[in-house]
Amino acid sequence: MSKDMMAAFELFQPDSVDSAVDLLREAGQGGWALAGGNDSFDWFKDRIKRPETVVDLGSLDELRGIRELPDGGIEIGALTTLTDVENNALVRDRYSLLAEAVSRVASPQIRNVGTLGGNLCQDTRCWYYRYGLDCYRAGGDSCFADSPQGQDREHCLWGADRCVAVSPSDTAPAMVVLDARMVVRNANGEREVSAEEFFVGPDIDIENMTILEPGDVLTAVRIPADWAGSRFYFEKVADRNTWDFALVSIAAAMVVSGDTIDRVRIAAGAVQCVPRRLEAVEDAVTGQLKNEATASVAGQSAVRGATTLNFNHFKVPLLQNLVTRAIRDA
Amino acid sequence: MHPEPQYDDTGGSITGIKASRRQFIKGVIASGAAVSSAGVLIGCSSGGDGVSAGGVERMVRLTVNGVERTVDVLPNETLAMTLRYKLNLTGTKLACDRGECGACTVLVDDVSSYSCSMLTHSIRSKAITTIEGLEGADGSLHPVQQAMIDELGPQCGFCTPGQIMSAVALLKVNTNPTRDEVRAALSGNLCRCGAYDNYTNSVMRAAQNA
Repeated sequence: MSKDMMAAFELFQPDSVDSAVDLLREAGQGGWALAGGNDSFDWFKDRIKRPETVVDLGSLDELRGIRELPDGGIEIGALTTLTDVENNALVRDRYSLLAEAVSRVASPQIRNVGTLGGNLCQDTRCWYYRYGLDCYRAGGDSCFADSPQGQDREHCLWGADRCVAVSPSDTAPAMVVLDARMVVRNANGEREVSAEEFFVGPDIDIENMTILEPGDVLTAVRIPADWAGSRFYFEKVADRNTWDFALVSIAAAMVVSGDTIDRVRIAAGAVQCVPRRLEAVEDAVTGQLKNEATASVAGQSAVRGATTLNFNHFKVPLLQNLVTRAIRDA
Repeated sequence: MHPEPQYDDTGGSITGIKASRRQFIKGVIASGAAVSSAGVLIGCSSGGDGVSAGGVERMVRLTVNGVERTVDVLPNETLAMTLRYKLNLTGTKLACDRGECGACTVLVDDVSSYSCSMLTHSIRSKAITTIEGLEGADGSLHPVQQAMIDELGPQCGFCTPGQIMSAVALLKVNTNPTRDEVRAALSGNLCRCGAYDNYTNSVMRAAQNA
């Protein structure tokens, strides 16, 4: 069977978020919200996901753009391209952490078309799952990665529950660090969910990476003023600098007075199914002097409790080093 | 500039179709659920009976290389498919078809984009530029194309159209790039020959000559 052409679907291009929500609600499980499409089309071309109804959100200008909020924070429309987020003056000025995280996503062409909402809602990259195998996440009864010969180099250190896949998003850890609110709209109206609650692991929902249900649309991300203009650190380690997903990434925000760390929030990507907030590190370094010794303690406390699989032991020292650097260099 | 393919000729009915469609359902642009995908790409490009509900809905106007063209586009059709197989613009290459190589790079409103990873319907109101649209009216090459020749940029040449489109997009917003900026701008284009330095040299020369 040809894999070059996507299977047929009905395509809708609604002219308002309300119609998009209606269309998606009617379509139910057979519906698919399409943003930039970079993740979606892989699924469609491989015939692994075959939605009957695709709702293209691309023409919804109300979901695009970056606005200042009254509290000094910002709101980023979910359909804003990653390139526009990266180049935005407000983002660069107040939340350079996010600009840096966005700049490391995939490739220039993907950032030109890919959206912030799409980057946050993208599915995991576990290749067994992507290959269309009948794994737990696909509704089956096995995990092919966490098996004696499974290739699980990219997989998780925490939160394994039948599935060992990790969160692939570069922007998700930044959102957790900035305590962003995800704005979700459905037929019942609009609600705000914290970034930490937005992403879910296999223990909560093994087939989905976020709390979004059929009929839900992520319309915007609101970043409060709390961490605006503070010290930031972002680093992503991947096999290749372009396209590749993180082996481990680290995002941190810090407020320092004198030599002392006043406040800090730190999260790691690609070590768990959700961006992993490192509260043990936050507790260990808050109120401490910002120096090598504190950074070293931070690195050690970050990896406590990590449970390795066959081929991902390297992620432990990698995460430890990234956290050490983040606390030292933020 | 390019020979207009036969199947582009839809006569004068397009205006009426658009108006009635707008009244029909707000927001619905394409309905092709009953159309199987396999052979239809060829079938609908050469068929053109244009009377079935799917066929009528699928007629779109695209602005490609400054020329407005009417094309029958499936809901599930990528821009790369439309360009290569409907409009015969085969300078745009399809290699991975997954947004992982850059051979299909075109400009959409002057922004470099993977044409394999966007639906034609999603960008139908935008200006598309392909490698065929770069040369001047007198047939002179674009400065980036000329520099590719002068610097022996390509080796096998398959990825070259994509590399050139990324370079053109860069020079539209940055006329005096550094080598690092060129490398970053071309980082979404794979070259299996490994001619990256030659490509970078070419783009630097194009920036000087432009």
